[in-house]
Amino acid sequence: MMASVLPLAAYLLLTLLLAVWVQRRARSGASKNIVEEYFIGGRSMGGFVLAMTIIASYTSASSFVGGPGVAYSLGLAWVLLAMIQVPTTFLTLGVLGKRFAIIGRRLGAVTITDFLYARYRSDVVVILCSMALLVFFAASMVAQFIGGARLFQAVTGYPYEVGLILFGVTVVVYTAVGGFRAVVLTDALQGVVMVVASVVVFMAVLEAGGGMEQSIQTLKAIDPGLITPSGAGGQVPAPMLFSFWVLVGLGILGLPQTTQRCFGYKDSRSMHNAMVMGTLIIGFLLLFMHLAGVLGRAVMPGLSSGDLIIPSLILEFLPPFWAGVFVAGPLAAIMSTVDTMLLLVSAAIIKDLYIRYSLKNDASRISPKKLARMSFGCTVAAGLLVFAASFNPPELLVWINLFAFGGLEAVFLWPIILGLYWKRANAAGAVFSILIGLTVFIFLSVFKVPLGGVHAIIPTLAFSFVAFVAGTHFGEPVSPEIRRLFWDEE
Amino acid sequence: MKKIFKQADREAYITLGLYAFFFLWWTLFAFGLGSGDPDEYSYVFGLPAWFFYSCVVGYPVVTLILWLVVRRWFADIPLDDIDAGENTQKEGDDA
Repeated sequence: MMASVLPLAAYLLLTLLLAVWVQRRARSGASKNIVEEYFIGGRSMGGFVLAMTIIASYTSASSFVGGPGVAYSLGLAWVLLAMIQVPTTFLTLGVLGKRFAIIGRRLGAVTITDFLYARYRSDVVVILCSMALLVFFAASMVAQFIGGARLFQAVTGYPYEVGLILFGVTVVVYTAVGGFRAVVLTDALQGVVMVVASVVVFMAVLEAGGGMEQSIQTLKAIDPGLITPSGAGGQVPAPMLFSFWVLVGLGILGLPQTTQRCFGYKDSRSMHNAMVMGTLIIGFLLLFMHLAGVLGRAVMPGLSSGDLIIPSLILEFLPPFWAGVFVAGPLAAIMSTVDTMLLLVSAAIIKDLYIRYSLKNDASRISPKKLARMSFGCTVAAGLLVFAASFNPPELLVWINLFAFGGLEAVFLWPIILGLYWKRANAAGAVFSILIGLTVFIFLSVFKVPLGGVHAIIPTLAFSFVAFVAGTHFGEPVSPEIRRLFWDEE
Repeated sequence: MKKIFKQADREAYITLGLYAFFFLWWTLFAFGLGSGDPDEYSYVFGLPAWFFYSCVVGYPVVTLILWLVVRRWFADIPLDDIDAGENTQKEGDDA
């Protein structure tokens, strides 16, 4: 048992040291602006770090445990579905990257809500978005912590709580101490760990199954559906597959945890490099992890739940020390999602709510030192709340998490896209779109309205789009000042 | 700056074009080769051909095209406003 915990502990320690190092270096750099430094790292990310932080914030427990688990049950169809996410990095950066970077610098924006406020000048938009972000992120973070602690328990044999304390404390401490710089740098490290882990698990299962050809034939003998694009028992119908081109395809342009990265990179060249590297790396990860789940079926056909496949493969085919090294992969995926969300929750409270409303959007009303202390304190407090909730997870949060991904898209997608690319879009449209989107999405999801395999996100985004256009029709026209700020119109 | 926004928009359209290409590649290979009876599948490196082409080949292909497209059509534009410096960084100029 000890052997598998040691490498993991060493890895966690390394992330902590990295955070302290980053924080010291940043302090000696004497930054001009506390908020921009802590929440966006002074807009200094290079290509590799940018690529890795988008991937790492995006890929979570579901890419490493849940996704391969479903692939185990349904076969190659689920790998096909996972590959829809290959364009995540290049789509985010290509569509939003440069406009966000330019406008973000003009406004001093560090969060998506900053951007939305500058575009719509509406307190209702700010409050709705901040609340949605706080609720959905809190639920997602608790779910990630639970997933991580269960995985830790399965692989090391230590109790759930030990794992939770180990990596929960680590992630809260390094995020609070190092801010954005520590988050993205540890994301880069964690991305590398994820890549290595995925290759090793894949190689192990491939060898155990007697090579690719034999594994696939074994699968075909178990159930021919496992090697078709419609999945075992036809459980991946085409309407569902194509819905995912919206849910984890175009819809990701509405996820604040990845789109916010567009504010933080150094120059155009970093963005170009990140697009290519990010696509290469995320495709690799998705392919190998999900394929490992499918091939796992040929090696261990009798598992009671698909979710067990990755931990079981690690335990069965890797010696304890290496199991410890490679359980770090999924844990890295989890921590790198939680750290981003945690910092954005803190940014929502400090920047979007406290500075905007309590300080009348003028941070110079309190000393930079006090502001830095408050940002730190806020991150720690939010982290500890999530951490505490994960010991005995409230039903409500676990339940909300099921809707977090689509819910964020329902709130943020149209206000972001139409705000950037439709000059007439105004606050009335945005508010109307958010309210209708959330209502439709929650209604369809909670009552499980049958849609013939189509995911609830499709009607949701259709309704919220119409609501946006209709609302804009009744709202105030966009002021010349905003048109100048966003499109350089005279 | 207006010219820069125009360039950014052009890059956004190119990105969407490539996205559409990946979508078509993924769809045509997966359903073109994979819709039939599994007993009649052909295989490449032990994998069903539909899967090999749509997933294993599709993603490196799109990465390669992306690399070419970015080199060829994406411009190294400045992200800071040179003329609008006074608008930015209102809060706390000095630590």
